[in-house]
Amino acid sequence: MILAVASGKGGTGKTTVAANLAWTAAAEGMAVQFLDCDVEEPNGHIFLKPVFDSRRSVTVPTPEVVEENCDGCRICVGVCEFNALIVLNERALVFPELCHGCGACVTACPRNALVERGRPVGKVESGDAGGVFFVQGILGIGQVLATAVIHAVKEAARKEMPLTIIDCPPGTSCPVIESVRHADFVLLVTEPTPFGLHDLKLAVAMLRALGKPFAVAVNRHDAGDEGVALYCREEAIETMLNLPDDRRIAEAYSRGELLLETLPRYRPFFSRLLVKLLSAGQKEAAR
Amino acid sequence: MKEIAVVSGKGGTGKTSLVAALASLVPNKVLVDCDVDAADLHLVLRPEVFTETEFIGGNKARIVDDLCTGCGICVDRCRYEAIALPTAPGMPPRIQPIFCEGCRVCVRACPVEAILFEPVVSGRWFVSATPYGKLVHAELGIAQGNSGKLVSVLREESRRIAEQEHLDFILLDGPPGTGCPVIASITGVDLVLAVTEPTLSGRHDLLRVRELTAHFGIPTMVCINKWDINPERTTAIEAEAAAHGILSAGRIRYDRCVTEAQIRKTNVLDRTNREITGDITAVYRRVVKALNEPGP
Repeated sequence: MILAVASGKGGTGKTTVAANLAWTAAAEGMAVQFLDCDVEEPNGHIFLKPVFDSRRSVTVPTPEVVEENCDGCRICVGVCEFNALIVLNERALVFPELCHGCGACVTACPRNALVERGRPVGKVESGDAGGVFFVQGILGIGQVLATAVIHAVKEAARKEMPLTIIDCPPGTSCPVIESVRHADFVLLVTEPTPFGLHDLKLAVAMLRALGKPFAVAVNRHDAGDEGVALYCREEAIETMLNLPDDRRIAEAYSRGELLLETLPRYRPFFSRLLVKLLSAGQKEAAR
Repeated sequence: MKEIAVVSGKGGTGKTSLVAALASLVPNKVLVDCDVDAADLHLVLRPEVFTETEFIGGNKARIVDDLCTGCGICVDRCRYEAIALPTAPGMPPRIQPIFCEGCRVCVRACPVEAILFEPVVSGRWFVSATPYGKLVHAELGIAQGNSGKLVSVLREESRRIAEQEHLDFILLDGPPGTGCPVIASITGVDLVLAVTEPTLSGRHDLLRVRELTAHFGIPTMVCINKWDINPERTTAIEAEAAAHGILSAGRIRYDRCVTEAQIRKTNVLDRTNREITGDITAVYRRVVKALNEPGP
């Protein structure tokens, strides 16, 4: 089963929920893997402390010009939708950072003057984190193709794993969609503030458009207003977790400690959450 | 005219609350909400929209079922797994617009010209009046991409307004992360103000932001929000930031009145006069001072 932990708004506690959920599953004897798909700012490693034993580069196929074959005909320039090619002094010139790797130019070139090579856009690392198989993606600095790195994280995951937990990036656009794409069930983490509610609504609309089943977790549930609770009631969205606004949680987080190791009294919160998620996911799978 | 982008790397560190407060302090400016896929600034600036424009993010492919022979060539050629195999032999495949990159490869590959390539409205953008000046903001459509391109449209409009109205500042509320929309938000600005928090995650993400701003050669300042949650960590982050060439814009204490202001749909300076007001005013002064000093 693949469970994705997402949120519209950043900083609501996605990583806290995802990491502690993975820890709980491992503590209860489940085989579990954690995929950090927040490749622009991966933070799961701070809390789960994996020992990486595998590291590979993520590449996107990008054309290179074979100078002696190119006659500057501009056909490649005409087919590139991303303006990644120009012709200068009768030779094609590639702007790799604009290339999306679609392959249109290579197919269109009548003189075999373009060949594709892998251009590094980030990396994927994996290893053991105290019984949790941990995979993270890191987008290269100045790179824009986050979705390619997220795709590579999912490729590096173990296929026959009973439970996969995906820590998603914030927002509602391409990188989030790529992260939740293969999930069986999504948990949306929010906070009870106007910003939290507004971005929760966007995330709900996104998941409905994708046809993904989901539930909500409310972090610092006692530190805001009633908006999120009312919205979830009106929309009949299940709230599977309410975490209180506890300064000790914030302090443990600031030191990079795993909540359930520092504050064992919260373990039942996550055990119950895991049961609910597994049962909801199984129900969806049976449909 | 100076452009200031407020970013964070890590989400939820208080970018938007800080921008809303700075809106009360920075004179003669236009505000821009560059976090187009989860825009929140409008929730506290009470904008009155006066122009609304459709945003065409690009083209997407669409199969005309009646012309399609179900050969499946497009499915093989799409590198984004955006075309689902036909459910039965001879049936047309389905393009999932959400995953379509708009590369046109399938359109060209189709032997019977059954695939159209059409512009798609992927959001709307607005110019609004607020009590603090004009706000340029947007709503990206549900499950739409091309947020970087939409950010560029907003920035272009804000520059046009700033020029026309002889404004001194453009204040940008950036998205979290370091990817496409962040790059679109910071390229060419005069100063990046990174808001972080005294946590290991905040530190980690600040250093990634710094790598990005260094890559583009943009002067960068840092402000540590909720610094008193972990004073030792705050001091350590400031020292590390300084070693990476990031100037300190100061510290902002933790105060529940920030969330309360958000709930009242206003900014924290409007109706509060607490110590945090002094913190934010000091941040503003340091930012302006840095902007007025000649660069290295």
